[in-house]
Amino acid sequence: MHPILTKPRRLFVYMAAWVPLSGILAALLVLAGQLTPSEAVILSFPSNIFFAFFCLSSWYVCRVTPLRQSRLPRAIVTFVLAAAISASLWVLAFGTSAHVLGLFERFQTLPDRLSRAVPVVFLLGFLLYLLAVSFHYVFLALEETQTAEVHEIEARGLARDSELTALRSQLNPHFLFNALNSISALTTRDPARAREMCIRLADYFRKTLTLGQRLSIRLSEELELTRDYLELEKTRFGERLRVEERIDPALANCEVPPLFLQPLVENALKHGLEQRLEGGMVSVTVSRKNDTLFIAIENPASAEAPERPGAGVGLALVQSRIRAFYGTAAHMKKMLEDGFFRVEISLPLSPEKARNA
Amino acid sequence: MHEGGTSYSVLIVDDEALARGVIREFLEERPEVSVTEECCDGFQAVRRVTESHPDIVFLDIEMPRLNGFEALELMEPKPVPVFVTAYDQHALRAFDVHAVDYLLKPFSKERFFAALARAEREVRLEDRHAPPLSALSREARPPAQFLSRLAIKDGANIAVLPVSKIDYFEAQDDYVRVVSAKKGHMKQMTLASLESQIDPSRFVRIHRSYIINVDRLIRLEGRGSFTAVLNDGTELPVSRSGSTRLRDLLDARKTR
Repeated sequence: MHPILTKPRRLFVYMAAWVPLSGILAALLVLAGQLTPSEAVILSFPSNIFFAFFCLSSWYVCRVTPLRQSRLPRAIVTFVLAAAISASLWVLAFGTSAHVLGLFERFQTLPDRLSRAVPVVFLLGFLLYLLAVSFHYVFLALEETQTAEVHEIEARGLARDSELTALRSQLNPHFLFNALNSISALTTRDPARAREMCIRLADYFRKTLTLGQRLSIRLSEELELTRDYLELEKTRFGERLRVEERIDPALANCEVPPLFLQPLVENALKHGLEQRLEGGMVSVTVSRKNDTLFIAIENPASAEAPERPGAGVGLALVQSRIRAFYGTAAHMKKMLEDGFFRVEISLPLSPEKARNA
Repeated sequence: MHEGGTSYSVLIVDDEALARGVIREFLEERPEVSVTEECCDGFQAVRRVTESHPDIVFLDIEMPRLNGFEALELMEPKPVPVFVTAYDQHALRAFDVHAVDYLLKPFSKERFFAALARAEREVRLEDRHAPPLSALSREARPPAQFLSRLAIKDGANIAVLPVSKIDYFEAQDDYVRVVSAKKGHMKQMTLASLESQIDPSRFVRIHRSYIINVDRLIRLEGRGSFTAVLNDGTELPVSRSGSTRLRDLLDARKTR
């Protein structure tokens, strides 16, 4: 959006600024071209309006010509050329008006006198155009900073939102109360195990809270959290829960967003295994190819409710978390094939590079 | 010694062994409870009820494939239920509205005994308060979720029918006949309550006594009084308001 053309107030100020400018130009015409003041004014009026708008058009050129170190010489050449062309057009506008006026007796000598002022007009036009270009770049820079700020606030807001919802679902009431019930049951029949489970539950929630506050964590930490969660659920599921891990140990230190894997595994249990009398196997695969980390979670889908409404929420959360972290460089897809529900995620291994791409 | 000389038989239904264990442990302290049986899923529970006629059932709500409500709906004769849940806001609200007893996991011995005492009192009553199961089932489901499956008795077996497999419903007094693949099954509910739970974009009430699955409709015959013909040849009467509803739905589908 053009910063001046679209805002009536700014446009007015801009046009008002051209009044003293026109005065200077008129003075130059009088001095260099020996025009009378009235001639100078009549001549300038249409040409100046034309040139004023022409300078504004440089905005569009600026937008498509970003100032980058590598492209600087090209940009300079582009603008020098553009300024020269614009100045020439301006001179042409003057010339045309002069010739039109020259048709009248009174102004017969006007074109000749004007031609003496041409170099001055050209120079002024050239400089004015370049000035417009620099102003436009300043506007662009300001706009970019603003957008970046908004994006950052949005991303932070999103991250906080998803963190809150993630925490709330981490505090997953079903999971919590069932775990507490198991502990309650174990107190009389196996007190040692009751204590063990109690501590594991506390550790799990503590980890959720601390990991959730960091911007990025190691894959090994996320895996540990997920394993803790699965250990706790094994008490409830018993034989109905089986886990298969295929994780490349070399990837332990890769940077990943916190709480992106555990919610997916929880999803697999809630909407897959829990619905099946015989339970099933959850398989987690983590591998790497070049600069990308591939993660896949697969579980058998339940026959009656392969895609329960709740399933979307957990997945959407992880997706927004990943998007806030990596932008469009990360991908997530889910699919239902042959009775298996599968979520595949690809994350770039160096988030910095990915964000600036 | 327990009062009155009455003894009660109890059935515990929960997919988690430890959860069943807590209840059994508590029941061991109650001399009036003579029999305690356990089941780990709704299907087993329905069969056990038919075999042993327990007085009271402690029923976990969240179970795979057949939840607590669906299982209770199919139990004959119906024992006095005490529902058990870890966390289910919708269910709790429904329970409060219909004055149905429930326990929240984890529960203390005192709370458990209080619920047991209430259930025992209920068993002794001549005129038992039967919980309105279809209303409960409906209200316990999160809002904006339509009925996606129906648990029906197929002889001695229980089948869980996904709603897409149902051809039509027919009202029969206090029951509804659920027809799928030419076979009919009876379910204790009214057609009106069914209508309120079913996805209106896929099922239409074409007549006071019939709701059809629109996907089964081949054509509409007649002039003045209509007949709906389904893909397996079944012909069902369509009332005037029914035909309007049907046309509206079919039009809506076309524009989608």
